[in-house]
Amino acid sequence: MIWIEKGGLQTTIQDLGRRGFQKYGVIASGVMDPYAHRLANILVDNKETDPTIEITLMGPHITFQNDCLFALTGGDLSPSIDGLPIKMWRPIVVKKGSKLTFGKPVSGCRTYLAVAGGFIVSEVMGSKSTYLRAGIGGFEGRALQKGDVVQVGECSQYVKGNMKHLSKNENKGSFIQMEWTLMAKAIPTYRPETSVRIIDGRQAHLFNEKSKDVFFNHAFQASSDSDRMGYRMKGPQLALKEPKELLSEAVSFGSIQVPPDGQPIILMADRQTTGGYPKIGQVATVDLQKMSQLKPGEYLRFERISLEEAQHELMKERKLIEQLKQSISLKFKEGI
Amino acid sequence: MMDITFSPLGDEAIVIEVGYEITKEATNLVRSIMRQLEEAAIDTIVEVIPAFTTVTVFYEVTAQFKFKDIKNLLEKMLVEITESDTVAQRTIEIPVYYGGEYGPDLEFVALHNKLTVEQVIELHSNGTYEVNMIGFAPGFPFIGGMAESIATPRRSTPRLRIPERTVGIAGMQTGVYPIETPGGWQLIGRTPMDLFLPNEEIPSLLQAGDRIVFKPISKAEYDQWEGE
Repeated sequence: MIWIEKGGLQTTIQDLGRRGFQKYGVIASGVMDPYAHRLANILVDNKETDPTIEITLMGPHITFQNDCLFALTGGDLSPSIDGLPIKMWRPIVVKKGSKLTFGKPVSGCRTYLAVAGGFIVSEVMGSKSTYLRAGIGGFEGRALQKGDVVQVGECSQYVKGNMKHLSKNENKGSFIQMEWTLMAKAIPTYRPETSVRIIDGRQAHLFNEKSKDVFFNHAFQASSDSDRMGYRMKGPQLALKEPKELLSEAVSFGSIQVPPDGQPIILMADRQTTGGYPKIGQVATVDLQKMSQLKPGEYLRFERISLEEAQHELMKERKLIEQLKQSISLKFKEGI
Repeated sequence: MMDITFSPLGDEAIVIEVGYEITKEATNLVRSIMRQLEEAAIDTIVEVIPAFTTVTVFYEVTAQFKFKDIKNLLEKMLVEITESDTVAQRTIEIPVYYGGEYGPDLEFVALHNKLTVEQVIELHSNGTYEVNMIGFAPGFPFIGGMAESIATPRRSTPRLRIPERTVGIAGMQTGVYPIETPGGWQLIGRTPMDLFLPNEEIPSLLQAGDRIVFKPISKAEYDQWEGE
């Protein structure tokens, strides 16, 4: 189990989200960065669907109450163990009593912590994700705070074998981090000005030509009231050819809706299930990982992508993840 | 096939659109499509979200199953779809304490429509209502059938916090906020009844198609109900 000594800005337990209940208006939730979440789990031989801890900008202080294996992926928030900086995107074996802390955000916005065996919390509507506004899921429906103890499940037999072996070989220090990491193309870099690819929205044709033009040719800044529900972007005003009242319809992860003030909102993990504002575009699923690592104040540009190309890219990403999973799982079998 | 169109919502969903206005025909068609999709239980379909005139289907993209494939599948499946036969509708009574601290906009609604507060309550609690869709927030019902004489536009600046179980009006619609959320509806009262049931198999008290009766109650009745 792990003990939370300090909660951090917003530290929540998330998995891949609540599926099948949106027809009842239940918010999907789940991780903001599904790629980093999947990789964190793969690096500790968990299932991709196991819950991880999503850490936002100012990280928590966490003490490991047992020897365990963990991995950190996503944004770099200067993690260290007992004061010594540690590397991300690789498995780390840590001894009982060691303390994981975070420092200043170097790049990206959200770090994912996976512990071999996963975190034990009860499922609500088929998911372990925390939805703060309704107070459901995750750890008592809320963000982790000082004094919380989160139980960790049984890790895989291969992890157990590796941990035994490693702790015998090296006794110095409170942790051992693996020398190896993922291939370079599997580790994203997060920049303060980035671009994401956009598929045309269902109502893109309702926007005037000037708006379509500025949308793809200007940078938009993430405002400070961006959160897990959505990124509110500031930039040139977008407008419809003529005012139009729309009926509410489903929205999804990455839908970009434009309310009457002309400033786009990009809907994220805690988005509402339906919305009535026109959607100018939709962030390609493969680029949601980039999107969710954007910090308030940073800049975003939009590039157009066709639906076919977006689905093709999605398949490429799946293949890459599958490949990484197989090679890492082999490492665990043969000894990390 | 009736006038049904298909269009993508991003790279993992497809929208089936049956019309552009809230009509009896459109809402019935949405319900038949939902029923047909649920009965068919297609394993590449991850989740389905119905709305006023649309059904959005989220699907699992694979190398062999992309947008055109889900579109073909749905087209074939819905080729003979017709409006659902009238199914037995449930009627659910929602007790409401109108006005006071729980209905801060009741007077505005009256003023806007040149009515008295009593007339607004009378009109609101005597409507023949039907849930058109559930969406926006867990268990939030968009309820149609409200008297036009009490229709009131949304507030120009939404409130940041609306207490759970508050009853509101937006244009021609009425609804109830099941959980505390921000929102722009005109608030006219509050019900002691829970609409979001996170521990039930079906977590929403109401469903599209339900008939609704709003029953005015006194503050004492409200407090007694909430106390239980």
